[in-house]
Amino acid sequence: MLKNHPTLKHILGRTGWYFVTFLVAITINFILPRLGDANPVDTLIAKSSVGGADKANVTAKEEAYLKEFHLAEVDDNGKVKRDAQGKPIRTTLLSQFFNYIGMSLRGDLGSSILQHPKRVSEIIKTALPWTLALQLPTIVFGWLLGNVLGALAAYKRGAFDKIVYPLTLLVSAIPAFCFGILLVYFFGIRLEWFPAVGGYDDGLTPEFSAQFIASASYYYILPFLSVFLIVVGGQAIGMRSMCIYELGTDYVKYAKLLGVKESKILFYMFRNAMLPQLTGLALALGTMVGGALITEIIFSYPGLGMAVLTAIQGNDYPLITGCTLLVTVTVLVANFSVDILVGFLDPRIRAAQQTGK
Amino acid sequence: MKLFKNLLKSPSFVFGAGLFLATLLLALLGPLFASVDVNTRVGLAFTPPSGSHWLGTDHLGVDMVSLLIAGLRSSLYVGFLAGTVATLVGTLIGLYGGYKGGWVDDVLTVGTNLFLVIPSLIVLILLSSSIENGRSLTLIALIIGCTTWTWSARAVRAQASSLRGRDHVALARINGYGTLGIVLFHIMPYLLSYIFMVFILQTATGILSEASISMLGLGPYDSISLGKILNEAIRNEALSDGAWWAFAPAMVLITVIVFALYIINTSLEGVFNPRLRK
Repeated sequence: MLKNHPTLKHILGRTGWYFVTFLVAITINFILPRLGDANPVDTLIAKSSVGGADKANVTAKEEAYLKEFHLAEVDDNGKVKRDAQGKPIRTTLLSQFFNYIGMSLRGDLGSSILQHPKRVSEIIKTALPWTLALQLPTIVFGWLLGNVLGALAAYKRGAFDKIVYPLTLLVSAIPAFCFGILLVYFFGIRLEWFPAVGGYDDGLTPEFSAQFIASASYYYILPFLSVFLIVVGGQAIGMRSMCIYELGTDYVKYAKLLGVKESKILFYMFRNAMLPQLTGLALALGTMVGGALITEIIFSYPGLGMAVLTAIQGNDYPLITGCTLLVTVTVLVANFSVDILVGFLDPRIRAAQQTGK
Repeated sequence: MKLFKNLLKSPSFVFGAGLFLATLLLALLGPLFASVDVNTRVGLAFTPPSGSHWLGTDHLGVDMVSLLIAGLRSSLYVGFLAGTVATLVGTLIGLYGGYKGGWVDDVLTVGTNLFLVIPSLIVLILLSSSIENGRSLTLIALIIGCTTWTWSARAVRAQASSLRGRDHVALARINGYGTLGIVLFHIMPYLLSYIFMVFILQTATGILSEASISMLGLGPYDSISLGKILNEAIRNEALSDGAWWAFAPAMVLITVIVFALYIINTSLEGVFNPRLRK
């Protein structure tokens, strides 16, 4: 059946591949934080027994935490199993792993250590909209504008290229975080045109009111620009060299000889150069998202980047791994979508599917 | 020799290499001309630049020039070490897979693509945060190298697999060379210029990655790096205090190094690949 549906076959193949990638990502997410000797139970108990708590209380707490983080074996009565010395019997790493996978698949990322007993998923739920609102438009529109500018620079050459190209080269060489710091310093602190840090006015609470949205949009401008301009710069450079290559191809020369309208040639060239750029976008997504997370920290923007920062400062492992898992999954989903899209757009891939290669 | 002459003829190479050499000399010879002391407080917090302290002091009152020279040395060290590790790992995997083909290549390619899709910053965060004590500069460089090799493996693989069918490779095989011998002596020499370019880009990536994770508070505990200077400045309100000297010079240094490396890379591309020269 699959033989007659090359597109379906392509989609299924990619789905399988991304599923394997997801499994590897979730395994990394599980194993790496456990390489160190940090233990959430000890951290929590140290935190809760500051000021001296009685022993019975500590044991009860330890028991509860051990169960919560699935670190000790539990008997049928819901009590932690203990050995002869009264030490809790540890669960094996494998059993912890399956517990972790099961929880993650249910969307349960455990509870935060710093803000115990708040769930990690709750913290992420409040942070995620900010990150999405910042990253999605910057990457999509930045990519589009960057490609248009790059194509124009390649096609027009001359003065336009001489201005746009060095400018984009410089902008893309400035690391994303440096660019953010520059914007905060000049437009936020020196000129005071825009608020320097935060996502909205201090007195407001996130809600769907005109006042809140106005405030949030005002705070949005600087972080948006700092990521947007970097994406535009990077994409324009890639598109420019892509288009210079396309300009040398026979179909462009032939179209020019035929006297085809300039805008039409530009359109054909653009369409052909776009595909590699789209694949390039899929590969660059991870870096872009990472850069934008750092930008959030510079602007104290209330998104995932800030959540990761506070989690790292407080050794809050469940929160760190929750955030990293979410970011990874988002990047995987975005990549998957681009992959499928390219499959539909690129006639070469379609042909390869049809010949069964 | 002729290659070198060609390189010197390219103005952008001379510009980039000059810029990079300047930062390298500053890092190497700086301690000879300025007394680098990052542990002594020489003034109040965020003292503006003056005759005795050209770039003022940081939030603790430590001389910024000292901090910058020390930071530059660490950042360049991280860049070179991470770049070397990433190039080595990426090149070996790419060359081997590209030459071998078949299922070995398939496995290596799938592995590479896998780690290409999973954001390297995320792996960096996970690895560095799990090492709570003993996150030294060298360890950070090694971790960066082990997370950023992916795209160089991909790039080198593509080049190596195009060389696989060449006659001289077949001749070497008939003459009884082993896989390692063919890869090292009959394929790699053709890609040396390419691998050198990969190394330059990986070095830039290493410097940027160090700065990124230092911004997240995961910097080295045992030394000062440019990223750590930035992190400390931001955490201690240098921005709102208007103490530009506490963060601007470090930013300029990072940008100049990375920009210089990018320019060197683009100009090398032009010299090694004459088709692009027009």
